Order: sequence, then structure tokens, then C-alpha cells
Amino acid sequence: MREISYLEAVREAMTQEMERDPRVFLIGEDIGEYGGAFQVSYGMLEEFGHERILDTPITELGLTGAATGAALIGMRPIAEIMFMDFTTLASEQLVNQAAKLRYMFGGQSTVPMVLRTPAGSGTGAAEHHSQSFENWFVHVPGLKVAMPSTPYDAKGLLISSIRDNNPVVFIEHKLLYKTKGEVPEEPYEIPLGQADIKREGKDLTIIATAIMVKKSQEAAEQLAQEGIDVEIVDPRTLRPLDTETIVNSVKKTGKVLIVHEAVKTGGFGGELAGVIAESEAFGYLEAPILRLAGREVPIPYNRNLERAAVPQVEDIIEKARQLATLKV
Amino acid sequence: MTLTKENAEKYLLQMYQIRAFEEQAEKSYMAGKIHGTMHLSIGQEASAVGSISTLEPTDYIIGHHRGHGLTIAKGADLNLMMAEFYGKANGYCRGRGGSMHIADIKGGNLGANGVVGGGLPLAVGIGIGLKMEAENRVLLCFFGDGAASTGAFHESMILAELYQVPVVFVCENNQYAMSFASRDWTTSKKIAAHGEVYGLTSTATDGNNLIEVRDAVQMGVDRARGGGGPSLVVNDTYRWRGHSKSDRNRYRTNEEIEAWKKKDPILKFRKYCKTEKLITDEKAEEIKKKAYADIESARVFAESSPEPDVQTLEEGVYAP
Repeated sequence: MREISYLEAVREAMTQEMERDPRVFLIGEDIGEYGGAFQVSYGMLEEFGHERILDTPITELGLTGAATGAALIGMRPIAEIMFMDFTTLASEQLVNQAAKLRYMFGGQSTVPMVLRTPAGSGTGAAEHHSQSFENWFVHVPGLKVAMPSTPYDAKGLLISSIRDNNPVVFIEHKLLYKTKGEVPEEPYEIPLGQADIKREGKDLTIIATAIMVKKSQEAAEQLAQEGIDVEIVDPRTLRPLDTETIVNSVKKTGKVLIVHEAVKTGGFGGELAGVIAESEAFGYLEAPILRLAGREVPIPYNRNLERAAVPQVEDIIEKARQLATLKV
Repeated sequence: MTLTKENAEKYLLQMYQIRAFEEQAEKSYMAGKIHGTMHLSIGQEASAVGSISTLEPTDYIIGHHRGHGLTIAKGADLNLMMAEFYGKANGYCRGRGGSMHIADIKGGNLGANGVVGGGLPLAVGIGIGLKMEAENRVLLCFFGDGAASTGAFHESMILAELYQVPVVFVCENNQYAMSFASRDWTTSKKIAAHGEVYGLTSTATDGNNLIEVRDAVQMGVDRARGGGGPSLVVNDTYRWRGHSKSDRNRYRTNEEIEAWKKKDPILKFRKYCKTEKLITDEKAEEIKKKAYADIESARVFAESSPEPDVQTLEEGVYAP
């Protein structure tokens, strides 16, 4: 099968859906001629024109509300927030409006929109262009949250998100944009709420999201040489969450390490740990549930400091080794 | 614009229905029948009815937290509306929204909003959607003087003008954002000037004069429908009651309230209709009586309606 990048997979999903459904349009900052800050929508203006590629001035609140309003009367907009850090500016419309309009109107309406945004550190962009806020949105009933780790997942999840009748926060990781993988040319859906086992193993389970899936895979190769057989579960969507796949994996291995880039306190790892602890997998645990996540700091500028602020392959290896020897 | 006798009677009936609804809302609250709070629009009836009288049934409105009047003017079923106010299962929002979120999507009312300025960015997107569907429909977006100071207002003005959306933004300047007097930072004329700064044709009206409101909004609606883009109308009016039920009226005087009551929009419209020989005093009283009777039967309907089943709590969060 042909290989394309994660970035190209996102673009292809949007392009194919726009070709299929005239109600789909893009709205965001610098997404037209500029192609988006990360070039995700590059070339789409030529195909779809200014009527469906709506470049906006710097108006994160306004453009997110505009996407929400258009969705309220049956359009299927895709809003881009240039950096996830700027979703702070958009959150009133996303959290108070998009997520709630259906429920507070007693189910009279739907809000079929996608808010795409790149998260994560590693680009030297410092405190205001590096954050991972997924758990803020996971906390809001009415929103769905997708977080793909591969080009294949990016395309399938984005197509599902666009076709979904609810607001979906679609979080892309900047460091994954250039990664390549096999992606079918035809459109396909990956259901929201379906986890994927990225590596099968028997000794311990790593549940990882976004870039941490890739890092965990690298760590697993090293750990395999040491005789530690790691299973990697990628939830792919955080809300809805496929608890069944997670619980089954933990039941199988008896040990679990949760890895994400976002700050540990209040991060999604706490939710995962809670889900496991409340489930039938609890009785199968052979060691405490461990979490490896972002340190309790804003993302700093200096390369070494920035690297130290989030889990790296060597951190995952070390934590997994520790877990392998841990007992209840 | 000339006013037909039929329309004059319709507008007077709607204004009285709004007044009666708000009075009933207050009474029900005082009697301990209502859970929560409410924001009453007594004194602002001409702004709601005059503005919405310019729309076709297939057009849309989107409102603000003081939205009972807008909902009635858009032609809501009074029973379903009162049932929602009472939080009942057969209310417009199945008891999920209450006073601050009444919506009638089929009737073109895209809902009241609990966040000041919250409807403004939505209006831009609704306008984008209306342009894309190309069915020549328009939207009236209502907000208050409080919202006019928010970032959402300014971003929305810029985007609305940029995309030339078929929207008339209607600011109901009732003089106070909760306790903060709009005169301390702006006037209706200045709010209109904010629209002009961004390129929108903008006017300020005597918001208690239904004819003046209707004429100004009609120009905006005609412009929007003709592809001429958005405009802004600021209706200068006054809320007789407090901001919500927590209000002790510490920030204004009784003299001020009494002075505005002398500018009652309903009596002003009655006087106009009498002079123009559209509605006699006798007919006006008959209309008033009907309005209060309509609200009384809505109250009976609401009070005899069932509570939502707690088992349905999680229904409607997500669409299938």
C-alpha cells in the first residue's frame, strides 16, 4: 500500500469529505493561500475556492462560534485553531455553546462540527505554542475528543469526525505531521470510541496517546531485547473511550503503564487509572497502576529543558523496567 | 412603512402576550412554583415585536438571556414555552433549558443564550450557512448593551462584514448590564458607531416606538436579503424589572424607573394606532384581555404538565 504522511492523511480526509459533501467547509486563520501554519490545508484553496476555505482574521472565539452556528443550521464545518494553546480563546464557544446546544434545547438540534488543532511540544516554540489540553475537553459532556497517532488513524478518524453529528475536538500532534505510514486512497471510517492495539505483548500494557504511542513503540523494541514483552493500547478517542479494549489488555498482562505528554496532574492518565481501578481488571493487577506524563511545568524554550518536560523513549523504558519488577 | 389593521392588531396582541407572560413568570416565581431565576423584558416589548415583525416565517432569530419576548414574537406556542419555563417534560427543551435557553428550532428560533455575547459568534456562522444554502433567508441576532462591550461582539462584527452575512444584529440597549449603566461607557448612538467602524450600516432607534424599530430593522432585513450584507440596529429601551431575581435595584432610582414607565411601548403603540384609526380603545382592551387569557391557559397547561422522568437525564447529550 502507498505511504503518505500524517499531515497528508489529514488533508486527504478533508479533501475527500469536501468533494463528497457540499456542506463541509474549512474555517480558520491562514488556511487559504498560506496553507495553514503547518501546511495542512495547502492547495485546498485552489480546489475549493474562498467560498469553502474561509480564511479569518485573528478571531479564535469568533471563528469557533461561526463554525458552531453554521453547524446548528446543518452545515458541517471544520474549524482550525492554529495551536492548541489558542483553544483557550475559543473555549467559550466550544464548551458553552457547541457542546451544550443540543442538550439544552432538549435534543431539537445537532452540532456536526470538527475543531482541528495541533498540540504538543518538541518544536522549540515554548510556553504559548506547545501545550496539550485534551483533558480539558474530555471533561465536557457533549464533546467528543479524538487524538490520532498514525497517518492511517488520522484519516479514518477525521472522516468519522466530519460525518459525526456532534462537535469533535480533533487533536493532531505537530511532531507526527511528517511521520509516514500506509493509508488507503479511498475514504474509510474508524469509529469514534474504538481503541487499537498497536503492539501485542504479554508482560505489561502501555496505554499511550498521540506521539507517546510512537515513543512507546520504540521503547517496546528495546524492552523486547531485554525480555519484556509490551502490549501497546492506543485509545485513539478519549471521549468516547473504548474501556473494553483497555480492560481486556490489563486483564491479560496484569500490569499497566499510562503514558501521555500532557501534565500529569489532572491529565487523562488519572481517568484511565480510575477506569481500570473500577473495572474487573482490578482483580488482575499484579502491580500498582503507573503513570508517566508531562512534568508540572509550562513547556520551556531551551532544547534540553523542553525535552525533559515530557516523557522520552528512555523514560518509558525505565518506567516499564520498574513496572516489570514491581509487585502488589 | 404603512401598517395594516391586521398587523397592528397582531403586534399589539404579541406585546400584550409578552407583558402577560412576564407578569405571570414573576407571579409563578413569587408563589414558589419556579426553580432558578429569570430575566424579565417588561418595557422592551416594542423592540422584540417591532424587530421580528419584519421576518418571514422561514427566517431565523437567535436571542439572549432576556429572551421570552423574542420567543413570543417569533410565534412560539405559548403552552410549550410556559411548560419549558416550568421545567416540564413537554416544554420546548424537555425541561433541560428553562427560561434562559428556550429554543424553537422548527419555528426558526435558534435559542436564547445564558452567556452574554454568546449568540453573536453563532450568528456569524448561521449567516455563513444561510449564504451557502442560498435560500434567501435571513437572521436577526439579538443582544444587549452588556454584550456590546465583549470581545465576542467586536470579533463578530468584523467577521460578519468580512463574509457579508445576511444578518441584522439588533442590540436591545436596556441601559444596564446587570448593575453597570451603559451610559457610563457608551450610548445607543455609540454602540451603533461601533458597527459603523467595522463597515456595517448602523442605526439607533427609539426602541419603545414599534414603528421606528420596525422601519429600521426592515431596512436591514431588506439589505441582507438582497445580498447587501449585515447591519446593526440599536434599540434604546429600558427594563422595568431588575436584572434577575437577585436584583435589589441599588444602582438606579425609582424616579428613573417611573420616568421610563411613562414611555411604555405598549401605550405608545396604542396611542399611535388610535390616532391612525387602526385600533379603537375598545378593540385594544379586547386584545389585551385575549393576551392575558392566552397566558392564563398556558399557565394551566404548564402546571398540569408532567415533570421529566429522571431516567431520561442523559438523553440528548449526543446526537446519534
